[in-house]
Amino acid sequence: MALKIIQPGLLTTIQDLGRPGYFHLGIPIGGAMDRMALRTANLLVGNDEGAAGLEAVFMGPEIEFTADAVVAVTGADIPVLIDGEEQAGWTGLPVKAGQRLSFGFLSEGARAYIAVSGGIDTPPMLGSRSTYAIGALGGIDGRAIQAGDELPIGPSDANKAGASMPVELRRGLGSPTELRVMPGLYWHRITEKAQKSFFDDEWKVAPEADRMGYRFRGGNPLEFVERKQPFGAGSDPSNIVDGCYPYGSIQVPGGTEPIVLHRDAVSGGGYFMIGTVISADMDLIGQLQPHKPVSFVEVDMPTSLQARADRAALMGRIRNHLA
Amino acid sequence: MKTRYSFGGDEHIFVEVDEEMSLDAFFKSLSMTNAVRDADISGVTEICPANASLQVKFDPDQIKPDDLLAELKTLETAAESAEKQIATRIIEIPVYYQDPWTHETLMRFRERHQDPEATDLDFAARVNGMASAEEFIAAHHGSPWFVSMVGFVSGLPFLYQLVDRERQLEVPKYLRPRTDTPKLTVGHGGCFGCIYSVRGAGGYQMFGITPMPIYDPTQTVSYLSDFMVFFKPGDIVKWKPIGRDEHDQIEQDVETGKFAPLIRNVTFNLADFNNDIDGTNKSLTETLYGS
Repeated sequence: MALKIIQPGLLTTIQDLGRPGYFHLGIPIGGAMDRMALRTANLLVGNDEGAAGLEAVFMGPEIEFTADAVVAVTGADIPVLIDGEEQAGWTGLPVKAGQRLSFGFLSEGARAYIAVSGGIDTPPMLGSRSTYAIGALGGIDGRAIQAGDELPIGPSDANKAGASMPVELRRGLGSPTELRVMPGLYWHRITEKAQKSFFDDEWKVAPEADRMGYRFRGGNPLEFVERKQPFGAGSDPSNIVDGCYPYGSIQVPGGTEPIVLHRDAVSGGGYFMIGTVISADMDLIGQLQPHKPVSFVEVDMPTSLQARADRAALMGRIRNHLA
Repeated sequence: MKTRYSFGGDEHIFVEVDEEMSLDAFFKSLSMTNAVRDADISGVTEICPANASLQVKFDPDQIKPDDLLAELKTLETAAESAEKQIATRIIEIPVYYQDPWTHETLMRFRERHQDPEATDLDFAARVNGMASAEEFIAAHHGSPWFVSMVGFVSGLPFLYQLVDRERQLEVPKYLRPRTDTPKLTVGHGGCFGCIYSVRGAGGYQMFGITPMPIYDPTQTVSYLSDFMVFFKPGDIVKWKPIGRDEHDQIEQDVETGKFAPLIRNVTFNLADFNNDIDGTNKSLTETLYGS
């Protein structure tokens, strides 16, 4: 069983839930940017939640199946077609050998997740099949899929055809978007006025938004508290002695455009960070299109942990629905 | 040195040992990293040491953030009394300074540089009060360097030169980062040197290139067959200047599996180093070259 790639789409990569354990060497966790969407797609075809699927950015691929299988598409709102006929999203769809999966135009969100019963079975590297293009790891030779690739699919005895996720269990892709942030790290480096404007201003997703990080623009530049730069930090007030970057941390080079690091984060560097997007909102970032208005909302640790628990409860309802 | 703790969202604790770079700060962050690793705290998923800080990633479903914070503070006290000594290795890394590939790249990104009329090396020499690029290159490979952090991307080492602060080479980063840097570029930003493990974006000044791969996901390079990343924090590097012919020969030897980096085991003791910097460096180099 294999998936024959007829058209790859714009940028389609093999992703699972990533490779924890190597960030101290500069190799990030990677994996699906919208984890809940990948988990759901896998459950809809009877896979383990962490099986490898495809993450397609803005445009869907065209794929031919070499054997019968079940396929599900979740994440972004995008018409799903089998042999040209529109099908339901968020649903386990039966496909026959020789049939073709393709897509219409994406309307909401940024990334569609495609799971196939059995899961993509390319060789794992450092414990994961996730594609980390910067380090040429995982996927197929560490790169996005191309026309002519044949992706091996593992065996499956599940038959989930017809399973579907009710609308209330699909996370909404609302606009404008609020991203909850715990201030911290080098928050003290900017003035009170800048701390206030960061949360008051409306920001927009910049075109430079990828698996490594999302850049935002449109808000006021952040003013720094004056200081003599520490030895080794570099001369710009936004420089620090190179340190580790948390996933979700917000760095603001030169104080102008915040960058939120995502699954393929650089593990460290010399730019100060003003805080971190909470774990419950990381999936949401992966579904933001360029130019989307976004505001950052200040939260504390108890609120972050509650949001995390709420999200885990939602995932629990998704599992129960398909159990 | 005043240690500062901060939560990085609900999954990370950032521990800044010192705002400024020093080997004392590095050794304390290394001791804390080792202490946290040895404590084997349930719920801690990753420990990342950096130059003068460290980061602990955790699963808040398994350990309460405040409990972990309290535990780290306890470990800090123990780490403070740890001996600042490591058993490590010294490695000779060949560098082709003023190579054509970084030169081509730096010319392409001149408008992002502080001094569009000069090369990165000319600029670095000038801001360090030196008469020529050659003088700067001599200082660059004159004393060994310490790997104080591995990260940014795939196995990239940050290097801190083993000299007193007055002799540290300091060069600002590019005004705006480049979108391209040749693989294996030897770079410098702030007080740190680096080797770009892969091709990609970068903001450090570019001085040369090494023909010796330091990251190989295919693990076909002979000395990377056990693990794809070459460096670890605490490694000591001695640059060896080479010319075009030697560069090409090494590149070919890597290809055919004949190249083996020159590596010797050494013990580095910070107190001994601080007492006699040049003497320590001399004995490190003697160990490397066996004289």
